[in-house]
Amino acid sequence: MVDIAFGPERGKRPDLANNREAYMEMVRRKRMYGGLLLVIFVALMASGWMLADDRNAGGFWQGLHQVFEFPSEVFAEAWQKSANLPALFWKHLPALIETLNIAAVATLIGALAAMALSLLATRGLARWPRMIPVFRRTMDALRAVPEIVIALVLIYILGGGPVPAVIAIALHTGGALGKLFSEVAENADLKPVEGLASVGANWSQRMWLGVIPQVAPNWLSYALLRFEINVRASAILGFVGEGGIGHDLKLAMQWGQGRYDQVVAIFLLLFLAIVAIDRVSDHYRHKLVKGH
Amino acid sequence: MLQVQTVTRMFGQKAAVDAVSFTVDGPAFVGIIGRSGAGKSTFLRLMNRLIDATSGEILVDGRNVLALKGTEARAWQSQCAMIFQQFNLVPRMDVASNVLHGILNRRSTLQTMFNLWPRADILRALDILDRLGIVEQAPKRAEALSGGQQQRVAIARALMQDPRIILADEPIASLDPMNAQVVMDTLKRINVEDGRMIIANLHTLDTARRYCDRVIGMRDGRIVFDGTPDQLSTSVARDIYGADETFNEAATSTSIPTDTAADRSYADLMLS
Repeated sequence: MVDIAFGPERGKRPDLANNREAYMEMVRRKRMYGGLLLVIFVALMASGWMLADDRNAGGFWQGLHQVFEFPSEVFAEAWQKSANLPALFWKHLPALIETLNIAAVATLIGALAAMALSLLATRGLARWPRMIPVFRRTMDALRAVPEIVIALVLIYILGGGPVPAVIAIALHTGGALGKLFSEVAENADLKPVEGLASVGANWSQRMWLGVIPQVAPNWLSYALLRFEINVRASAILGFVGEGGIGHDLKLAMQWGQGRYDQVVAIFLLLFLAIVAIDRVSDHYRHKLVKGH
Repeated sequence: MLQVQTVTRMFGQKAAVDAVSFTVDGPAFVGIIGRSGAGKSTFLRLMNRLIDATSGEILVDGRNVLALKGTEARAWQSQCAMIFQQFNLVPRMDVASNVLHGILNRRSTLQTMFNLWPRADILRALDILDRLGIVEQAPKRAEALSGGQQQRVAIARALMQDPRIILADEPIASLDPMNAQVVMDTLKRINVEDGRMIIANLHTLDTARRYCDRVIGMRDGRIVFDGTPDQLSTSVARDIYGADETFNEAATSTSIPTDTAADRSYADLMLS
């Protein structure tokens, strides 16, 4: 074996003893570099921390011991009134369903927009190749603006309620999913598309029959993931007056005075809903991507 | 019927198809041969309007099809079917749907999205599959079929278009000799029985000799030979492929050998 690897001449064979020495030397060098990097990292973190603390309004160290006061108060009160929890679950269930519905409708509308945008922005598939940068920048813009900003603007125009929330989340979803959809479509096999082009099919027919069947499992998987994210977004939008469970949570926390059992009930409901969605979508995404 | 006049396609500074001109009267079986990169595929793609020509005209019954745009260009594509080396079917859809794709040009996007095909067209697709001997595969996914069967589905899709001209880009290059023969026989039958013109890029000389009425040889984008299969001698073939005296077409032939000397000697060996 040594002959095969290094040739028959003895002089060219590596000296085993020296080899060990050389390897140990390399290990020492790597350890030293690693150690140096760690020291630099710790130093940077420490100096950054000091700067952040200086810029803090209240002062980090003075407030630190109070961090757990609010949660412990909430839990203590909720524990006293734990008998109310089942009734509170029932009371807030409609709000939870509203939140889930906002997320579902927004994901659906956003995903449909993302389908069109992504195909128009994918090289090799685009209907108007010169317009690709326009559609890409459109998706960037939709992604760049957070849902809550769009929602706050829409509340002024349309008033509070689920519709502005749906529009706000759908716009953000269109941009975010469009980017992911486009990356999937970029890897699609173009042979079916070419075959359909050769029979004189128009662009939408080529996309519908040649591209969509190929990318559908991956697209669905991304859309389910987005649905989970949108449930959280929809709950947060309740805080700014968009209805749903976020609104109930804000009221319960705001008025304080004996309503902390509601806060705990709402948090538990939200937690359970997200766990359930996570499990279900995980199951189906696995099924779609792996094909069984 | 078909007049090709100084058709040129430039890729950067290089001419992939260089001032190609020829005329075909009536429904002939035309074979185009030449080595890889000679411009055979590019020419067929130009004719089907998958890519645009730089200059020149292709007149079909006096109409320049290279000048058509948008809807008219797609209408021309529906009259000029194309068969590909890699079949280019939709792999996840069933065989009959793939055949029905041949009439997409007549169908609206909405009808396509909801999979609404007229009953008469579905029956016609099944008849065509029956004619090509694969009707029992109709409900299967296209990707589940063998290469030879997939190519016959592609031919069925072409027939569904009811075209006057069928272009075949290396239709048998990825098939084994048996399937290659079935596919070529099918194309020949369509040529003779239906009277449709067929222009096929072929990668083996024996196929060109056996099936074509006329052979066109291309080299570096130009036509260097245009004649009948009998005129396609070994020296002409060397010229087309740019080969020297060591070129031996039997070495790469995919036809099943007709002489039985090898079989006989093997039989003798086993019996002795």
